[in-house]
Amino acid sequence: MAEYEALIGMEVHAELLTESKMFCGCRNAFGGEPNSRCCPVCIGLPGALPVMNKKAVEHVIRTALALNCTITPNAKFDRKNYYYPDLPKGYQISEYDAPIGVNGWLDIEVDGKETRVRIRRVHLEEDTGKLFHVVGNVSHVDYNRSGVPLMEIVTEFPPDMTTPEQARAYLVKLRSILTYIGVSDGKMEEGSLRCEPNLSVRLRGSETFGTKTEIKNLNSFRAVYRGIQYEVGRQIAMLERGEKVVQETRGWNDAKGQTFPQRSKEEAHDYRYFPEPDLVPLQISEAWVEEIRSTMPELPDAARRRFVQQYGLPAYDADVLTQTRAAALFFEETVRQCNDPKAVSNWMMGDFARLLNAENREIGESRVTPKMLAEMILLIKDGTISGKMAKELFEKMFATGESPRKLAEAAGPQITDSGAIQAIIAKVIGEMPDVWAALCAGDEKKFGFMVGQVMKASQGKANPQEVNRLLRERMQQG
Amino acid sequence: MKLSLEEIRKVALLSRLELEEAELERQTKNINDLLARFEALQALDVTGIEPTSHSIPLFNVMREDETTPSLSREETLSNAPEQLDGYFIVPRIVEGI
Repeated sequence: MAEYEALIGMEVHAELLTESKMFCGCRNAFGGEPNSRCCPVCIGLPGALPVMNKKAVEHVIRTALALNCTITPNAKFDRKNYYYPDLPKGYQISEYDAPIGVNGWLDIEVDGKETRVRIRRVHLEEDTGKLFHVVGNVSHVDYNRSGVPLMEIVTEFPPDMTTPEQARAYLVKLRSILTYIGVSDGKMEEGSLRCEPNLSVRLRGSETFGTKTEIKNLNSFRAVYRGIQYEVGRQIAMLERGEKVVQETRGWNDAKGQTFPQRSKEEAHDYRYFPEPDLVPLQISEAWVEEIRSTMPELPDAARRRFVQQYGLPAYDADVLTQTRAAALFFEETVRQCNDPKAVSNWMMGDFARLLNAENREIGESRVTPKMLAEMILLIKDGTISGKMAKELFEKMFATGESPRKLAEAAGPQITDSGAIQAIIAKVIGEMPDVWAALCAGDEKKFGFMVGQVMKASQGKANPQEVNRLLRERMQQG
Repeated sequence: MKLSLEEIRKVALLSRLELEEAELERQTKNINDLLARFEALQALDVTGIEPTSHSIPLFNVMREDETTPSLSREETLSNAPEQLDGYFIVPRIVEGI
């Protein structure tokens, strides 16, 4: 089979973190009673006039700076005209030929190889309402989302990405930056961050471009990866069969793991863009840009390097812990209180991450605070609780938000008394004399097993160092 | 610049305007007359004048990011041709038709 390569571009939409909508004072929030956050501006009543939300404009300038863009000094808004029930005015206010940010880039790394992904534009627009297709010949419309500030980030053509791994890395890093600088909550499952990759394939070394397709409704990193992987395979198989790829938008069916045709180019809209007469242009002065630049937080790349240097963390830990600013802040605050970076990292990447994932929660939404985690780590260090007790204690702390000291007291003290531990050891030996005999005969692999059994028999309360020491002592006695 | 009847037909469709043939012809003439009047402006010498999208020297009219009360749901839905459970009801849209 001939060797093909894929060219992958990406359009990302992010709802901006503001209190109010883009052009009116209705609250910008997720969910709630349908049509409860609406006003004449965002449901398009005649005569209503939009007024720009300054914070939203600044969020886009901030993003453009973080993505190394040039800021357009004279930006403006345009009308993108089309009829669809989720768009009450019959046009979307967007930016057509003078977007706020242009010509930026984002460096990504996959398997040790760095790639610079060029970014063509970053612009500001408004989100549409939500359509719910119900049974029968009607749809339900909720305009709560209508007019929410929406930012679009588009990669440059020809695309710099060629693999699904790169596309995923781009998205992971972009999401990380957007959450760091506080412009987006990055929640793909709630649709506040939406990603539409477009891709074509061609014979490696070819100078021409193949026909591209776009994939929609990918609502997780995994779906993005699988969707692109599937679509690359589908296009290559078509070319191998001598068929032509049709330029179209394809949807993603996560259950089937397939893309399916949604809209073809022939029905593409004719948007008839023109300058929005209800809004005056934006003049973005250097002073304004510098003011925003001066309040830019440390970006994830810089934080990652600093975590390795300052805390001596492995690169992998630093990478995971700096993926969201909330996690990075949580880590630093916890370390400040217990001064054990590796222990904090292990808890955050292990039990804590597992429990958060299981409940689909972000670290900021957890009952566990840096103070609580630090206190627990100190309890392990001073021998008040064992590592095994800590695992259970952490789960209780995660579920209840109770302080680790109180939970440790309720669970009873750690067993350190030699006599008590010797009694447990004797009991375990009595239950499994064969294992004990093998261990005494020199089968060292059985040692860890015996320690585990003793810990289990003590319900995790025995001091592990003491168990180790007393088991050895007992072995010498034979 | 002159627009053809077909171009006007397409614009009417994009604007969801249902026009009969006689109306289409009349509107084609109206719009072309209007364009002819704009052509008079093209005779002006604009050498050295920066193109602009807006005609008033006003920029950066913005508001602070603060919320104001929304309409009640009853008010929001009061013009809805059909409604159910707080939603606007619209005919189902099927892509590609």
